[in-house]
Amino acid sequence: MLSNFLSYIFQGISITIAVTLVALPAGLVLGLGLALVNTYGGVWLKRLSALYSLLMRGVPPVVLLFILYFILSGNLVNLTPFWAGSVSLGVISSAYQMEILRGALLSISGGQMVAARAIGMSRLQAIQHIILPQALRIAIPPWSNEASIVLKDSSLVYALGVPEILRRAQQLSATTQQPLLAFGAAALIYFVLVFFVNRGLDVLAKKTRLPTQHA
Amino acid sequence: MDSPILQAKNLTKIYGQNVIFQDISLDVYRGETIVIIGPSGTGKSTLLRCMNLLTPIDSGKIFLNGKEITARDANEDKVRQQIGMVFQNFLLFNHLTAFDNVMIGLSKVKKMPKAQAREKALYELNRVGLSDRADHYPGQLSGGQLQRVGIARALAMDPSVMLFDEPTSALDPELIGEVLGVMETLSREHMTMLVVTHEMGFAREVANRIVFMEKGSIVEQGAPDDLFYRPQHERTREFLWKITELYGKKEEKS
Ligand SMILES: Nc1ncnc2c1ncn2[C@@H]1O[C@H](COP(=O)(O)OP(=O)(O)O)[C@@H](O)[C@H]1O
Ligand SMILES: [Mg+2]
Repeated sequence: MLSNFLSYIFQGISITIAVTLVALPAGLVLGLGLALVNTYGGVWLKRLSALYSLLMRGVPPVVLLFILYFILSGNLVNLTPFWAGSVSLGVISSAYQMEILRGALLSISGGQMVAARAIGMSRLQAIQHIILPQALRIAIPPWSNEASIVLKDSSLVYALGVPEILRRAQQLSATTQQPLLAFGAAALIYFVLVFFVNRGLDVLAKKTRLPTQHA
Repeated sequence: MDSPILQAKNLTKIYGQNVIFQDISLDVYRGETIVIIGPSGTGKSTLLRCMNLLTPIDSGKIFLNGKEITARDANEDKVRQQIGMVFQNFLLFNHLTAFDNVMIGLSKVKKMPKAQAREKALYELNRVGLSDRADHYPGQLSGGQLQRVGIARALAMDPSVMLFDEPTSALDPELIGEVLGVMETLSREHMTMLVVTHEMGFAREVANRIVFMEKGSIVEQGAPDDLFYRPQHERTREFLWKITELYGKKEEKS
């Protein structure tokens, strides 16, 4: 009985992970593009990307999710709830990831660009080979935080009927009249997932840390 | 003497309302070591940065090997490959080892085959006496070592001219010698060099010509002996007097 109960929730894990694995990289690609445009682009690109970030971060994720969902599963494009929800979460996350990466890009001293240009690199080469490798290292800890937020926010797609962990917990709670057990199990699973994501990224940060004399 | 390798003609640089320098002309000949001296805030750094197009000039022309590099259609990235630059604060790439700092220009800019690039990078590191520090990151090197890697990085591109902007100003006194030593060797090997420095000993012994700049213009230039012992201008005399007062004691000690 209990094992049936748990295994039903467990089946949602792979969907939660799948949603996160779509949303997080989508947000990264979009966020990185926005951060680069905002840092190195012309005046208008800067303004547009800043406005995008302001709007996206100024509205609750769940409200944005509904808006984006109805766009992505409408007449123009028609994605399944899973894809529409995951992509929407990615778009929402892109604004936060943009800010993280923008901060990291700005923290690299201007001298690095000057030195790269001085040996004949183009701006693009300098960004690719000199600025980004340093900025991405710096971005790992705040990005780890955003990764766990996206993982937790993946639960929002339950509202679209995607059978991930929270959706299943809710169904069980209703049918078994055991809300504490159902949502408790869901909470525990999220906690363990978040824990391992943060741990994994900690390891990555340590592995890529640059040696210094005083370390 | 043949035609200049690097030639600045009537350069003017303006930042906002401030004229940094006006109508500066300078000919640099092959194999020459020119030392630029002058009070700080005079525009020496700006002049060097204009020479390799890191900073745009407001008027005038610059020629490299007879070709105008300030022309509209000049390829700035190609030009900078031919003009090496060494910075006061080193500006090594922080995420790369000494070896990779030297090699990255060869592999990414010159697109040299890997084996050849590695060989060349090792050769340049060896030239500045740092082959045993190849796998060290900038965070693990002393100031003198950082600057020598900076020199190797610039040399690796096989530039026609090397620009040095106060290469020893950020160094502890006991580390200055190792950098000046490398520069002196380069000068002996007839590298064309344009050096901004306050190291008067280096200027006297190594330079072929000294240029005294003040308030955005070249006041006087000439052979070290002429400039040091028979300066034509009162301002040159005053500056030299001040600078020996300031740095002379340190030199006597070493
Ligand atoms: N990016 C800049 N924007 C505005 N003013 C500048 C800039 N860089 C340098 N200057 C000004 O130009 C003048 C000359 O500076 P610089 O070339 O560094 O002199 P030096 O190297 O001889 O000490 C200084 O007054 C400095 O404040
Ligand atoms: Mg200066």
